[in-house]
Amino acid sequence: MRESHIMKIHYGTALASVGLVAVHILMRMADGYAESLEFSNVVANYQFLPYAGLLEVMLILISVHGFNGLRIILLELRQGPSYEKAVSYGCVAAMIGLIAYGTRTIVMVNMGMI
Amino acid sequence: MDSRDENREGLGGMANPGRYGIERVAYWLMRLSGLGLLAYFIGHIYETSSILRGQVGWDELLELTGSPELHVMLVIVIGMCVFHTVNGIRVMLGHGGVGVGKPTRPDYPYEPASQNYHHKIAIYSAIVLAAIAMVYGTTVLFGV
Repeated sequence: MRESHIMKIHYGTALASVGLVAVHILMRMADGYAESLEFSNVVANYQFLPYAGLLEVMLILISVHGFNGLRIILLELRQGPSYEKAVSYGCVAAMIGLIAYGTRTIVMVNMGMI
Repeated sequence: MDSRDENREGLGGMANPGRYGIERVAYWLMRLSGLGLLAYFIGHIYETSSILRGQVGWDELLELTGSPELHVMLVIVIGMCVFHTVNGIRVMLGHGGVGVGKPTRPDYPYEPASQNYHHKIAIYSAIVLAAIAMVYGTTVLFGV
């Protein structure tokens, strides 16, 4: 993929994440910070499908943005065909791993498997 | 190979914030806050998975994250998040040609049009907004 396309994805995921993270934080502030973190409240959040969907979208957007940012920083540090390939594939693998791990939590709590 | 390597400063060159003014500081803070936020995000995904251990696991996590040390860390995360967002929007606008001035013939003393007061003000605003958000975060987390 061309770097110009990757940068568009980087900026797009950044803008979308800002909006969604704002909603995520407002959900914590709406009920009071401590109360919103009570077990029953958090489980109810996960089992409310639109909010679980928001968490999943946020997980994907921030993972893509974060690991692409890490890739950019590592490529600024050093260059070379094999190094660049290792960094790019490593970041994609780490991104997929994190998304899979987070999705597992969202799906299991949403389906009541706790 | 040696001649190429001697010009390569690596991490030291990248992390040097003092050479090119506030733009260099912003460049440095952007990367530092990005790495910090990625580390926090990975930790956040891992810590929230403790809900799968039921009420006991979740309460253990809340006890751990309720410590003053982790509240201080959260305040720093808030600051990094606000700076990264505001400075990121500045960078996006700059890449889109907003606030970088018009291209002109390079005449002595070669002042780059893109490094103008618009962007300097935006960088300082990002730092000030991050500081305000950190103060607000402190009042919420520590109840002061």
